[in-house]
Amino acid sequence: MKFRGRVWKFGDNVDTDVIYPARHMNIHDPKQMGAHCMEDADPEFVRKIRPGDVIVAGENFGCGSSREHAPIAIREAGLSCVVARSFARIFYRNAFNMGLPIFESAELWDRVPEGAEIEVDGAAGTIRILGGEGETLAIQPIPPFMMELLKDGGLMNHLAKKRSAGKGGA
Amino acid sequence: MGLTITEKILLRHADLTEIRPGMLVNARVDVALGHDITAPIAIAEFRKAGGTKVFDPAKVVLVADHFTPNKDILSAGQVKILREFAREQGLTHYYEGGRCGVEHVLLHEKGIVVPGDVVIGADSHTCTYGALGAFATGVGSTDLAAVMMTGEAWLRVPESMEIVLKGRPGRWVSGKDVILHVIGRIGVDGALYKAMEFKGDGVSALSLADRLTMANMVIEAGAKSGIFAPDAVAEAYVRERAGRTGVLLDSDPDARYISRLEVDLDSLEPQVAFPHLPSNTRGIRDVGNVPVDQVYIGSCTNGRIEDLRIAASLLKGRKAAPGLRLIVVPTTPEVYGMALREGLLETFLAADAVIGPPTCGACLGGHMGILAEGERAVATTNRNFVGRMGHPKSEVYLANPAVAAASAVLGRIAGPDEL
Repeated sequence: MKFRGRVWKFGDNVDTDVIYPARHMNIHDPKQMGAHCMEDADPEFVRKIRPGDVIVAGENFGCGSSREHAPIAIREAGLSCVVARSFARIFYRNAFNMGLPIFESAELWDRVPEGAEIEVDGAAGTIRILGGEGETLAIQPIPPFMMELLKDGGLMNHLAKKRSAGKGGA
Repeated sequence: MGLTITEKILLRHADLTEIRPGMLVNARVDVALGHDITAPIAIAEFRKAGGTKVFDPAKVVLVADHFTPNKDILSAGQVKILREFAREQGLTHYYEGGRCGVEHVLLHEKGIVVPGDVVIGADSHTCTYGALGAFATGVGSTDLAAVMMTGEAWLRVPESMEIVLKGRPGRWVSGKDVILHVIGRIGVDGALYKAMEFKGDGVSALSLADRLTMANMVIEAGAKSGIFAPDAVAEAYVRERAGRTGVLLDSDPDARYISRLEVDLDSLEPQVAFPHLPSNTRGIRDVGNVPVDQVYIGSCTNGRIEDLRIAASLLKGRKAAPGLRLIVVPTTPEVYGMALREGLLETFLAADAVIGPPTCGACLGGHMGILAEGERAVATTNRNFVGRMGHPKSEVYLANPAVAAASAVLGRIAGPDEL
């Protein structure tokens, strides 16, 4: 589980209204949600990013509503993962359920400038800042249960897999 | 070792003999809730995973309350998905049109939630039912889909915070002010992943409506859930509404808490949360001169009959300030009917208010009260993030219904004592 991309920085308490504004919640096709990712923070955001880029944020990323549109929009916009100092609880669940990898790092925000390239290694638990001095930061490994969800491609795929395994065993 | 009420409820629903914070448990779910924005995705996920029948058609509740009355063709399509699914699955509790209200008022009104329940809803304000002594938390659509299939949810047992309320609130101080004050003290992530348990002699001085408002907003401090041990007031309410009382639990005297916060209700004044965070609170005396364009009284936070009575008592014989839009939204058909019979609607009309149909509508920037660039609103709602009620350059100030009513009359943020 390795991701490489450029860094887009946001501050503390980035809420779900900013990640995916409510006015677009009359859309329920995931494919269309990516176009509105981070729209109220930067209307040009989705045109600036490249596939694999990474959102780096401060405390409490994803606070606010339970809308799954938020992690879906990030995933569909082509971003590879989010690294924040901390995540709001519902967003944390939703991200894993949607198969969007997210990582907590207390240090990255202060160490990395916007636009820098980083490599996130979810299995090894490291973030490498590419270029410059090439600093490597340690991150908490993803809890085993959550890793299983990510590997299966989200909660519903995980449940489907468990169901078919259960049937096979019986 | 003693247990908190939250731990006791989860223990009973996970068939375990012991429980502690941090454990991942699979809990049986008593009520699974979705609405017209979150349920269409949940239904699609349910089908994608091969779901054919929900785990219990009496326990899956769908309420079309967000973009209704349907604001456009896309929204109408989303409600149609709910309606057809409800029909196909034979759901006992599907609400739309004139039977529908804002879900977190409708569910307790209809007696769908009782003390001791586990409630999982695809809406962040599902935490409201903690006021009845239930464990209630918000999740995303996919989590809801999994619950609809299995009747269970995976949960991390939260640590509990002890919020001890002391004394009695003053005349214009309500549950809204208590919770805004707490959020202001601990911050919007001050209770991240935690259960906020409200206790102390001050609880009995708060009405059930006040407690519902408080539990409703624990999510604005990042909490997983908020809870009040059910007392005689809560018990009488659910007995009347549900015809049963559920399981009445309380925390053990030696239960363990991760932190303790005391709130002195006697000295609390009405609070206002400035843009753009619910934690950005000030006492009403420190607000200064803030002119407003719109006042919104409604939502799952403060759109109950108790809230409308407070607003009407201040608006009676007065009018909204020139150029100010006053919007009042009774949250359910029952609240609407009571407001009608008690003459509150006449008071609002005479005050030049727009009276909207029950809907979440403007609170989340959906419709029926959107703000233009540069406009300011005082709202009795729960969030004031950037763009919450409209244009990204509009502003929302959160307050209780008394402050909202006084602000409507004076055209600036004001306390009821200024009238």
